Amino acid sequence: MSERRSADVLIVGGGIHGCSTALHCALRGLSVILFEKDHAGRHASGVNAGGVRQLLRDVAEIPLSIASMELWLNIAALVEDDCGFVSEGQILVAEDEAELEIARARVADLRLRGFTHEELIDARELRRLAPAVAETCPGGVVSRRDGAAIPLRATQAFKRRAAALGAVICENERVERVARESGVFVATTPRGVYRAPVLVNAAGAWGGALAASLGEVFPVETIAPMLMITTPMPAFIRPVVILRGRKLSFKQFDNGTVLIGGGHLGKAIPEENRTILDWRKLAVSAQTVWDVFPIMRSATIARAWAGIEARMADDLPAFGPSRLHEGLFHQFGFSAHGFQLGPGAGAVMAELIATGATNTPIDGLSPARFARAPG
Amino acid sequence: MTPLADVGRLAGSYDLVVVGAGPAGLAAAAAGAESGLATLLVDENATPGGQIWRAVTTTPMKRRETLGEDFWKGADHVARFDRSNAAYAPRCTVWSLAADARDDGLIEIGLSMGGKARMIAARQTILATGAQERPFPIPGWTLPGVMTAGAAQIALKTSGAVPDGRVVVAGCGPLLYLLANQLAAAGANIVAVLDTTAPGALRSALPEFGDFLRSPYLAKGLRLVAQARRKLRFVSRVTALAATGESRLEGVRFARGGGVDERIACDALLLHQGVIPSINLSNAAGCAHEFDETQHCWRPRLDDWFCASMAGIAVAGDGAGIGGAESAALRGEIAALGVAARLGRLDAGARDARAAPLRAELARCLRGRRFLDLLYRPAPQFLAPPDDATIVCRCEEVTAGQVRDAARRLGVTGPNQMKAFLRCGMGPCQGRLCGPTVAELIAETRDMSLAEVGAYRLRPPVKPITLGELAALPQTEAAIRAVVR
Amino acid sequence: MFRLTPEGAARPPLAFTFDGRAMTGRAGDTIAAALLANGVAACRTTPVSDAPRAPYCLMGACFDCLVVVDGVGNRQGCLTPLEDGMRIESQRGRRAVAELAS
Repeated sequence: MSERRSADVLIVGGGIHGCSTALHCALRGLSVILFEKDHAGRHASGVNAGGVRQLLRDVAEIPLSIASMELWLNIAALVEDDCGFVSEGQILVAEDEAELEIARARVADLRLRGFTHEELIDARELRRLAPAVAETCPGGVVSRRDGAAIPLRATQAFKRRAAALGAVICENERVERVARESGVFVATTPRGVYRAPVLVNAAGAWGGALAASLGEVFPVETIAPMLMITTPMPAFIRPVVILRGRKLSFKQFDNGTVLIGGGHLGKAIPEENRTILDWRKLAVSAQTVWDVFPIMRSATIARAWAGIEARMADDLPAFGPSRLHEGLFHQFGFSAHGFQLGPGAGAVMAELIATGATNTPIDGLSPARFARAPG
Repeated sequence: MTPLADVGRLAGSYDLVVVGAGPAGLAAAAAGAESGLATLLVDENATPGGQIWRAVTTTPMKRRETLGEDFWKGADHVARFDRSNAAYAPRCTVWSLAADARDDGLIEIGLSMGGKARMIAARQTILATGAQERPFPIPGWTLPGVMTAGAAQIALKTSGAVPDGRVVVAGCGPLLYLLANQLAAAGANIVAVLDTTAPGALRSALPEFGDFLRSPYLAKGLRLVAQARRKLRFVSRVTALAATGESRLEGVRFARGGGVDERIACDALLLHQGVIPSINLSNAAGCAHEFDETQHCWRPRLDDWFCASMAGIAVAGDGAGIGGAESAALRGEIAALGVAARLGRLDAGARDARAAPLRAELARCLRGRRFLDLLYRPAPQFLAPPDDATIVCRCEEVTAGQVRDAARRLGVTGPNQMKAFLRCGMGPCQGRLCGPTVAELIAETRDMSLAEVGAYRLRPPVKPITLGELAALPQTEAAIRAVVR
Repeated sequence: MFRLTPEGAARPPLAFTFDGRAMTGRAGDTIAAALLANGVAACRTTPVSDAPRAPYCLMGACFDCLVVVDGVGNRQGCLTPLEDGMRIESQRGRRAVAELAS
C-alpha cells in the first residue's frame, strides 16, 4: 500500500518487465507506482527456465535482445545482485544434416542483416562445447555470450533496486479497473485510487485483458509452458542446449540439477493462478532427453511445473505505445521468451516514456501491427 | 481384496482411488468397495496399516503387550479390507494427482510400481496420506544416530529392531511417551527422556481441561506418562537441546529452564514433537489449505464430507487434521459415504442416515483433542531454532541464519520466494522436513503470522521418478501431436 | 545402530551386500532397517557438502536413506523391501550418478 496516490508513471505487473521499467524510470527521475497482484515474479518471470538467450530470436526482436544482453553482462552493476547469471553460451543442436542446413541458412541470413552473435559450428566444436550431446548430432549454432540466470532472484533484484531508487512497489495489490479520465489514467485497487499521465501495461498473461478493458484488443492467448528439473547430477555440460525439430531446452546448474524445458504446454487457469501439467507431453520431453543426452538416462525428476504466460498470435510481444491512447504503453505478450528481454525492454520503455523516442529498432514489435486485427 | 503386483494389472480407470493404507485409507477403500464402487487402494509400503498399524499383519513382535492393544486393533481393519472387493496396489508410489488436463472431469493419477510408471484415471479420490512428524530442527539433527521417534517405532514394528547402546528420547507429545515405553518393553537401554513440553503450555491448555476429562485420551495418556516417569530417567522443562558429535552422534547437550548446559553421552537420539498432516499430495493437486492455529499446522480446507476445494478430491484421516487412528478410520468411512452418494450409489437421505452415528462417534473420539494440541504445542525455540548455524533444510543444507538473512536483507516474504534464493525446499524431500521451519523463521523475522507467510507450493512429482520411467510412459498419438510450435 | 530383539532375529535370514561387504538381513526388513540392524552408520553422503547421513524418518518423508540398489540410484531404502542377493551401495553425493553412467 502506498501513501502516494499520483505519479508520473503507473505500471501494472511486477514481472521482470514491470520491475525493469520501474527501475529505469526511477533512474531517469520519473516517479513510479507499480502494482503487482501477487508478489514480484510470482508467475512467468519467476518460474521460467531462466534462459538469457539471443540465439534463434525472431529478427524483429534481435536489436532489443542485443541491447538487453549488454545489461545482462553487467547485471550486478545495474541491480546490485548478480541474479545468478552465468554466461556459458547457448547452442542450437542440429539432430541431422537437414536441420544443420536450415541452421546454416539462418546464420547466413543474419550475417547479411549485420548480426554476428550466431555462429555455425561443426560436429567437432559441438563436441568440444557439449561433450554429452549424442554423437549422431552433426553440428549446430552457438551464441557464445548467452547464458542463464535465476529468474525469481533476478526479478526481485530489479524490484528491490527500483524501490531503493524511489519507485513505489505495491505487492499483493490487484488493479481492479483502469480508466482514462481527461488525459489521466486512473487505476483502482482495493486500497485506493491512483493517477498518472502514463500507464505501462506489463501485466503478462493478464495484459490482454487489461488492454481490452481500455478498448484495445490483441490476438493473445494464455499458455502454460512446462518445465522439469532433476536431482543433482555430476557436472557434464556448461552451455544451454536447445533443439529446433523436437522441443527441448536443456540447462545444468552449478549445483548439478538439470532443467528440462522446451515449450510443451500444460493448461493455464489464470483466474485461479493455477496450472495443470500434462504428463504425457512431459514424457515426450523425457524421451527427447533420453535420445540426445545418454548420460541423463539415470537421472531422477525432482519437480515439474508450468508458468502462466501470454502468447501473441505471431509469437512477438506488444511493445511500445498504444494505438488508441496517448500515454498508454504496452509491454506484454512476450510469448514465453521475454525473460532475457526484461532488462533492455525496461530501459527502452523508460526512454520512450521520458523522451518519446528510442534509437533501438522496435518497430516490428509495435502494438500498432494489430490495428486491423479482428475483434 | 485383489492384490496387484505390477502396473500392467491396473485398470485404466476406477470409480474410487484411495491413496494410503492406514486407518483412514483402509476404511475408505473397504467402504467404497462394499458400496459397489470399483475401488483401488494404493500404498507405498509393502503391507497395509499405514504408520500407526505398520506391519500389523507381519510384525515379529507378537507379544501383545509390547506394542499395545491400540496397535493390534489394526488387524480387524485390515481383515475387513481383505474381505472387500477392492484392488490393492502395495509398493506403489503416487507421484502426481490432479484434475485431468483434458477437462473430462476425471482425476488423473501418476503412479509407479517396480520402476514402471502409469497414468490412471479416477472419478473420485480420497487422499488418506496421514501424518508426518513435525520437523524438530536442533543443532546436529542431521548426524547419523539421530532419528525421529516414529522411525524407531517403525523399526520395532516391522523388524523387531531397537536402537543399540544408550538411547535418549527427546521432545514432547503422547507418541514420545508411548514410544519410550514400547522401546523399554522391547529391551532398549533408554538412559533419559528429555521432555521439552513448554512450561506455559499447561496454562493455555487448561480451559480445555473439562473436555479432556471426559475424553478417551485421558486414561491412556496418564498411564503413558506415569509409566515413562516411573521406569525411566525423566527430565522435565528442557528448554535447549543439541545433538553433538563429528561424523556421528556422540551425545546430547541440553539445558533446563534456561540453566547451565548438561550433557549425556548416547548412541541414539530419538526426536519427536508431535505430528502434522502430510499435505504434499493435496497441496500439489492445487487444493486450498488453511492454517490450523490450535494444531499449529496447515491442513486442506474441507467440507462436511471431507471434500477439498478441487472437485473429485476428498481428504480423510490425519492428513485432514490430526485426530488419531480411531478418528481417521471414521473419517475414511464418512468420506466413502460421500463418494458413494456423489457417484449415485446412495441417495442423500441414506448417506446422512448412515453417517450420523459415525459422526457422533467421531465427536466422542475427538473430545479432549484440543487440550492435547495446546499442551504439546512445541515451544518457539524448537520451531524456529535460535542458533543461526542450525541446518533447517536437510536436503540442501540451508541454515536458520541464511533464512533469517534473506527474510531481513532481501525482503523475502514467503517460503516460495525463499526457494529461489536459498534452494531450501528444492531437494528430494520437497520441503517436507523444512517447510514449517522456514515459514516460522520468516514469520519471526518479518513479524508476520504463519497464515500470512504461507507454505511451499508443492510441485509434482511429489515423489521423484526417473527420467526413464517418465520416458517410457505409454503415449497417445494425440498427445504427441499436441506439441506446440 | 540397531539390534534385533529375539523376535526380530527369529525371522528367516536374507543375504545382501552393502558397499561390497556381506551382510544378513531378515525377511520383512526394508533396506534401511536391514542397514541399521547391521550397524551401518551412514548410507549416503549429501550432494551439497558430502556430509554423512543415515535413515532419519523411516517413513518415506526425509529422503536421507537414499541408496543405490542393484545399480539404480536414488532409491528410498525405507520403502524398498530387502530381497535376497541385493547389491546395495551407499549413494555418495552426486558422484553416484557419474559412476552409474560410466
